[in-house]
Amino acid sequence: MENIVSLKNIILEFEDSERILKNISLDIKDKEFVTFLGPSGCGKTTTLRIIAGFLEPTSGDVFFDGQRINGVPPHKRNVNTVFQRYALFPHLNVYENIAFGLRVKKVPEKEIVKRVGEMLELVNLMGFEKRTVNRLSGGQQQRVAIARALVNHPKVLLLDEPLGALDLKLRKEMQIELRRIQQELELTFVYVTHDQEEALTMSDSIVVMKDGIIQQIGSPTDIYNEPVNAFVADFIGESNIVNGCMPKDCVVEFTGRRFECVDRGFSPNETVDVVIRPEDVKVIPADKAQLTGIVESVVFKGVHYEMIVDGVDHKWVIHSTKAEPVGAMIGMTFDPFDIHIMKKTEEE
Amino acid sequence: MKLKYFSAPYLVWMVVFILVPLLMIAYFALTNDNGQFTIKYLGDVGQYANIFVRSIWLALIATAICLIIAYPVAFILSRMDKHRQGTMLMIVMLPMWMNFLLRTYAWMTLLGNNGIINHLFGLVGLGPFKLINTSGAVVLGMVYNYLPFMILPLYSVMEKIDNSLFEAASDLGCSSRQTLVRVIVPLSVPGITSGITMVFVPAISTFIISRMLGGGSNLLIGDLIEMQFLGNAYNPHLGAAISLVLMVIILVIMTVMNQFDPDDQVLM
Ligand SMILES: Nc1ncnc2c1ncn2[C@@H]1O[C@H](COP(=O)(O)OP(=O)(O)OP(=O)(O)O)[C@@H](O)[C@H]1O
Ligand SMILES: [Mg+2]
Repeated sequence: MENIVSLKNIILEFEDSERILKNISLDIKDKEFVTFLGPSGCGKTTTLRIIAGFLEPTSGDVFFDGQRINGVPPHKRNVNTVFQRYALFPHLNVYENIAFGLRVKKVPEKEIVKRVGEMLELVNLMGFEKRTVNRLSGGQQQRVAIARALVNHPKVLLLDEPLGALDLKLRKEMQIELRRIQQELELTFVYVTHDQEEALTMSDSIVVMKDGIIQQIGSPTDIYNEPVNAFVADFIGESNIVNGCMPKDCVVEFTGRRFECVDRGFSPNETVDVVIRPEDVKVIPADKAQLTGIVESVVFKGVHYEMIVDGVDHKWVIHSTKAEPVGAMIGMTFDPFDIHIMKKTEEE
Repeated sequence: MKLKYFSAPYLVWMVVFILVPLLMIAYFALTNDNGQFTIKYLGDVGQYANIFVRSIWLALIATAICLIIAYPVAFILSRMDKHRQGTMLMIVMLPMWMNFLLRTYAWMTLLGNNGIINHLFGLVGLGPFKLINTSGAVVLGMVYNYLPFMILPLYSVMEKIDNSLFEAASDLGCSSRQTLVRVIVPLSVPGITSGITMVFVPAISTFIISRMLGGGSNLLIGDLIEMQFLGNAYNPHLGAAISLVLMVIILVIMTVMNQFDPDDQVLM
């Protein structure tokens, strides 16, 4: 597969503000579903705006289909955007909003009717054609925004939190629909969200960002199972993160005890972050464990129970199908390959 | 409904100061000195068709020029920083704070045969040109005096257009020109129609501007009406009849304008 969009050493500074994007380099493959994931303000929208052409990077290059497109205005880029704040045209009704891009391109009327019809069906807004957009609910507006961009069949579709305003059920449906469309029409989707579950279920590849820096790029499984640092581990799913040190290869010491692990290659006694997923903590009888704690709270989460267990210097989050009584003393243990050792990130 | 009581004073006000005068004009126009019904005066209005045509024509030209000048000005204003918009708006409004007569007098001295402009032309060996007492001078006077009435309504609708709409248009393939045609103009229609109304109506019925800048040869409807009430030609019945016809003409033109406005917001 070829790269359809490439960012090379992108740096962005707004006038009189600090650096927003700090050396972003990224290759997006053709027909891929890429998700930008990161906390609010980390620069996701800004990166999308650079790809769409609304912002010029302070330095660095943007490539589209192998060609450098710095300075090419948005209307000449084969890219469409679903805006975070919709930006629907208030003077047009739902139908005309969706048809807008096709009319600009002078697509024949018959084709417009057909394609807009398909889109209305897709986003489940049949019967709303004649409504003006400011008489729609937030979720309906969001779906018009998706349809308005998607109807153009752009090579690359940029979606900036396109499902943020929808309720859980509709969001799940739309997730499946968007994924289906992306695969059926063989489009490249660049998708922004801060919902990690959405990112994990929909994407071919995930880009985790923080403060204008890419933390990790990888498939959902890679990102979940092999997070490169404590930030990624914490952002993707819940994690227990404790300070530890590596006396030697395959041995890690934390909360004052030694555990067997599978990581190697750290310098002797290097301090590290130890990351353990809540579902990887095994509950055993207290007298058989080297690590014990007192159950502080138990919350039923549908599939599992979430327990907070007060160990001596860390409160452990545990996901288990069996609840323990609050106040009970329990023991905890981990399989060696469930203990993830990570280099400390420098800034902290 | 409490609201009803609050609106009562306005209803009284409207009846006393709007409805009654209108009926009086209609009454004057349709009666003679003895109070008998007649359509003689309405018929007489026909003699002044050429003045009606000139008034409508000059007012239309002035309105068109105002629109052409005001549109980009209002757009640029609406895209400035919020705090600079206030200052710029004040500069636009500044001439309005000066007395209308004084402003027009100023143009008389500028445009006169021995005025400043001809004097400047003289320095480079040109002219003198006949600037004052032409229909061009009348149009200039109208544009100068009524331009702010075009800028303000345009500015107030444009200011509400979010920049993100321009980005969306550009994202969907619009060049700047297409964005103008497909997004900016349709969204500013309410401003365009109310701006046109606010310029065209006073322009078509002005008499000071034509008197001072147009000389005797550029009589407008306003002058004609004024002469019937205050001038030598004293004839209030004819004056009322002319006013009535003018009102009907304006009403027709505004109704036509309304057809272009999706929200029917035009000031009548
Ligand atoms: N026009 C601007 N001028 C100055 N700073 C800006 C501008 N636009 C965005 N920023 C700053 O750039 C940073 C990144 O913004 P961006 O909109 O890309 O965040 P985001 O990752 O999309 O966040 P969210 O998830 O909340 O949408 C923020 O700190 C924001 O304050
Ligand atoms: Mg954003």
